[in-house]
Amino acid sequence: MSYEFDFASVFEAWPELLHGLINSLVLSAAAMAIGMIVAVAGALGKTSGPKWLVWIIDGYIELIRNTPFLIQIFMIYFGLPSLGLKFSSNTAALIALVVNVGAYGIEIIRAGIESIQKGQVEAGKSLGMRPLQIFRYIILKPAIQAIYPSLTSQFILLMLNSSVCSVIAATELTAIAGDIQSRTFRSFEVYFIVTCMYLGLSIFFWTAFAAIERTFLRKPTR
Amino acid sequence: MASEATATKPVARSDEAPIIQMRKVDKFYGDFHVLRNIDLSVTRGERIVICGPSGSGKSTLIRCLNQLEEHQSGEIVIDGTTVHAGLRGIEDVRREIGMVFQSFNLFPHLTALENCTLAPMKVRGIPRAEAEAAARIMLERVHIPEQAMKFPIQLSGGQQQRVAIARSLCMNPKIMLFDEPTSALDPEMVSEVLDVMVELAESGMTMLVVTHEMGFARKVADRVIFMDAGEIVEVAPPEQFFRAPENERTRKFLGQILHTAGH
Repeated sequence: MSYEFDFASVFEAWPELLHGLINSLVLSAAAMAIGMIVAVAGALGKTSGPKWLVWIIDGYIELIRNTPFLIQIFMIYFGLPSLGLKFSSNTAALIALVVNVGAYGIEIIRAGIESIQKGQVEAGKSLGMRPLQIFRYIILKPAIQAIYPSLTSQFILLMLNSSVCSVIAATELTAIAGDIQSRTFRSFEVYFIVTCMYLGLSIFFWTAFAAIERTFLRKPTR
Repeated sequence: MASEATATKPVARSDEAPIIQMRKVDKFYGDFHVLRNIDLSVTRGERIVICGPSGSGKSTLIRCLNQLEEHQSGEIVIDGTTVHAGLRGIEDVRREIGMVFQSFNLFPHLTALENCTLAPMKVRGIPRAEAEAAARIMLERVHIPEQAMKFPIQLSGGQQQRVAIARSLCMNPKIMLFDEPTSALDPEMVSEVLDVMVELAESGMTMLVVTHEMGFARKVADRVIFMDAGEIVEVAPPEQFFRAPENERTRKFLGQILHTAGH
């Protein structure tokens, strides 16, 4: 072992790393937000839509859950242009993440909807509440309580998964780490720091999500 | 089948139009004929107990009144409004009909008090302070004012069911439906719920109660209805119903239920 550690050249590039970190966060947050719209729509379609729609949604879910995320990105970035759909690398990364998290989100939200007992809805109906009121005041909070842990895990998985988007040169943290590495040849140092950054992000989010759950979504106990 | 005319016991204000009128009501679950040609009229203030073996259609009958279940033919008129599948404004009918379920169905994320104030505030538009004051009076009426700030999970079954009764009463309904309200309770909690129901009956509420509590039926019912296989088999005032049931199926059912209840 004659390797000499040299973190200085990597630290010099910290503005780039910070930029990459922010891009990763923005990409993940945007993908999660849009993905949840897909997930809610898909879950509603799957629980109360016509049969043909249920088949389409099931097909989508199975396609995404049974293929590698890397291939999904390649399909969108390299495959779709052949059909005339061309995206920038950042847009393609966002689409790939939305498509991916949407599929997992549908199943999570469907489970949340189905966790609400029929009796709750009937009680609301028998009190003269309208469907939207029943959703807003009776279903929503217990459903969020039920799906919150799965959804937050999904977000952290998504954030870590976003590093795969570096393969199409989306300007997120992993891609920028690659740039610095190829410039400085300090592979260990760069990836050590980037590992710490991802780990720090994950720990930050786990802690924040747990605090939110304790504050707003605590279930009554006996 | 005993006709309703012969079985109707004279009650107060029976000259008025009935508050509930069912004519030739049929309901199917697929091929299964769950309600057969049901004729029933209920006057204001009348207390009716419905009994019968499981699967006889008694729960389905009262669930058709507020259209939690839809009937396929026949007519149901509630206080002048004909209800049917897809009726716009069914909510306006439902808010006049309280319903108490076997499994309580309290909202788990709301306190007892909030369970009672939700619908008055959102459906009737009553201000919070007023709704809370009314809810506290109702919780007092069901003998649990001290549990107002507790969540359902923190209450016993009997307490939960009494909150559920208070929740319905907070809407000031004209009719109260009870769907086996004591069947899910531990034996020692049955009486605390029945006591509240007896008090409610004494206050003049129109009540339809699906139950096997024959003591309750004797005490408060104006008429007892026996159902079997989707039909109303017998309708009679309680003294006649228990002393001299006309139908063989009624006798057999009473023999079984009174025996198991230890009477």
